[in-house]
Amino acid sequence: MTASTELTSEALAAPASVSAAPARPVRRRRTRGSAGAERGILSVADRRRPAVRAGTAVVHALLLAALAVAGLGPLLWLLKAAVTPTQDTLRTPMALFPHGVDWANLATAWTTIHLDIQFFNTVAIATGSWVVQVLVATTGGYVLSVLRPRYARLLHGAVLATLFVPAVVLLVPLYLTILRPPLIGASLINTYWAVWLPAGASAFNVVLVTRFFDNLPREVFEAARTDGAGPFRLFWSIVLPMSKPILGVVSVFAIIAAWKDYLWPLLVLADPRVQPLSVRLPALQQTIELDVYLAALAISTVVPILLFAVFQRMFLRSAGLGGAVKG
Amino acid sequence: MTALERSRPSAPRTPLTWARGGGLSTLVFLLPLLFVFGIFSWKPIVEALVMSLQKTNLVTPATFVGLDNFAKVLSDPQLGTAVLNTGWFALLALVFGYPIPLVAAVLMSEVRRGRGLFSALAYLPVVVPPVVAVLLWKFFYDASPTGVFNTILGWAGIPPQPWLQTAATAMPSLVLEATWAAAGGTVIIYLAALTSVAPDLYDAAEIDGAGIWHKIWHVTLPQLRGVLLVTLILQVLGTAQVFLEPFLFTGGGPAGSTMTILLLIYKYAFQNSLGGDYGAATALSVLLAIVLALLSLLYLRATKRWSTE
Repeated sequence: MTASTELTSEALAAPASVSAAPARPVRRRRTRGSAGAERGILSVADRRRPAVRAGTAVVHALLLAALAVAGLGPLLWLLKAAVTPTQDTLRTPMALFPHGVDWANLATAWTTIHLDIQFFNTVAIATGSWVVQVLVATTGGYVLSVLRPRYARLLHGAVLATLFVPAVVLLVPLYLTILRPPLIGASLINTYWAVWLPAGASAFNVVLVTRFFDNLPREVFEAARTDGAGPFRLFWSIVLPMSKPILGVVSVFAIIAAWKDYLWPLLVLADPRVQPLSVRLPALQQTIELDVYLAALAISTVVPILLFAVFQRMFLRSAGLGGAVKG
Repeated sequence: MTALERSRPSAPRTPLTWARGGGLSTLVFLLPLLFVFGIFSWKPIVEALVMSLQKTNLVTPATFVGLDNFAKVLSDPQLGTAVLNTGWFALLALVFGYPIPLVAAVLMSEVRRGRGLFSALAYLPVVVPPVVAVLLWKFFYDASPTGVFNTILGWAGIPPQPWLQTAATAMPSLVLEATWAAAGGTVIIYLAALTSVAPDLYDAAEIDGAGIWHKIWHVTLPQLRGVLLVTLILQVLGTAQVFLEPFLFTGGGPAGSTMTILLLIYKYAFQNSLGGDYGAATALSVLLAIVLALLSLLYLRATKRWSTE
């Protein structure tokens, strides 16, 4: 057991450097974020010069101010507008509560407009998409990387090939598939399955997990096999516990993607009772009062922001990784 | 013949030996992948190719019409507009969105304390659901003098702008929001690349007497060459498929000035009073896919070089 936890901590560092050459200790140490100890563009001598010191301080202060205005500004404004009466928002959008705070907007949006339904739909869609994606990516990656049947290479190629097909090509045929699915019989329109199942067909996830499994130490598998572990036992008790880091990355991608998705749920979830927030909000725009509408926008933003605040490191690591593999 | 047979390691494979050797459990593990990819990825891809050669609207049975759909799509006067608009969007996105994250990332990489705060602030807009972002900015872009952006411009004495209301300003407004929404992700990618620049390179440059600008120009940027190419291609791939912004901000208007290729595909398939023209929609998406696939190939080459460098 101790051996496997040690390996897990080593595997933590693996995904970012999957494709990087292992024979570069300097690189790897730096990517682990111990930046303070090591140098960047500026040398120690540079940093001692007063002009450079003052210059970087000013530039960094300006940068921080710009980032705060651009990154935080619109969100703070939305937060303010969510509890501001309509007329104030329309006449003096940048004033701070000239005629008081209207907390009722939030309650109206949640109960009268029934944003609660869309909110829980969004949670259901995100959860289901996450389950399907993790299931497909881990079992698929397990076969492609660990079990490796004779046809594994062919299969891997077939999965990889779909990375090159832009989503727009699938739009119409996938819509017709949902309308008349094979094997299942009944139309999946207006059911969560219409979003959950296509979300699972993510080659990106499979590639990511397969690459991670490829880097796990084979000796552990062999040891487990000689101890009599079958393929299911090996998957559940050895491979999955060692894969927590990559499962975290896949989970972040899956949940965020489900929360962001618009066009696909718009097409397959026509009934407002099953629609997620993203699909419902544009329709609400025409029909409800502005202050309640802005409160609805604010409510829709809270969960992603909270998730980001809690899992910030995982988000940022996933984002850095995204550039390396995403197609 | 006998030699060949003797060289075989074991008895010939039969379904029974295959199952005993774990073939069956392998197949069980493969079921989710085969089911999901089979029905929701491989089959629709093949169908897209077939449908682009068919006349089909779900009402009457599909008939093969050869390359008629392609001819129809290519002769549609809207296509030229859509291609030009998409290109204009991509170009503006490049001008606004390409240098800003790079400059921000280079500056941020030199922050010694609190770099996490910088990255978190930069990444925040990426976390906002895109639909919320667009709807919020749509309100910001209110063209009246009391609109949010026009109020801010008023502080600096700049007269109110029409933003989404005129053909000339609509597209830049869309791009501005899209850049705001995406720049943070690119910053994080650049930061990851910047921290992996080997410090010895800077040491060596200093021994040669290089100043700060020299180091940035001759060490940092050349080291980022690979990742810069990758983000460039990713951005072009993304902007070629832009849909959300024109769809929600302007619906393609005013006067068709923000009609993009994806909007046109959507219109063929789902906004057709005569029933969806699925053949035309898939034909246009196949054409777009071919162009994008060529770009993806370029991207794959770039990442390969980047990772082996």
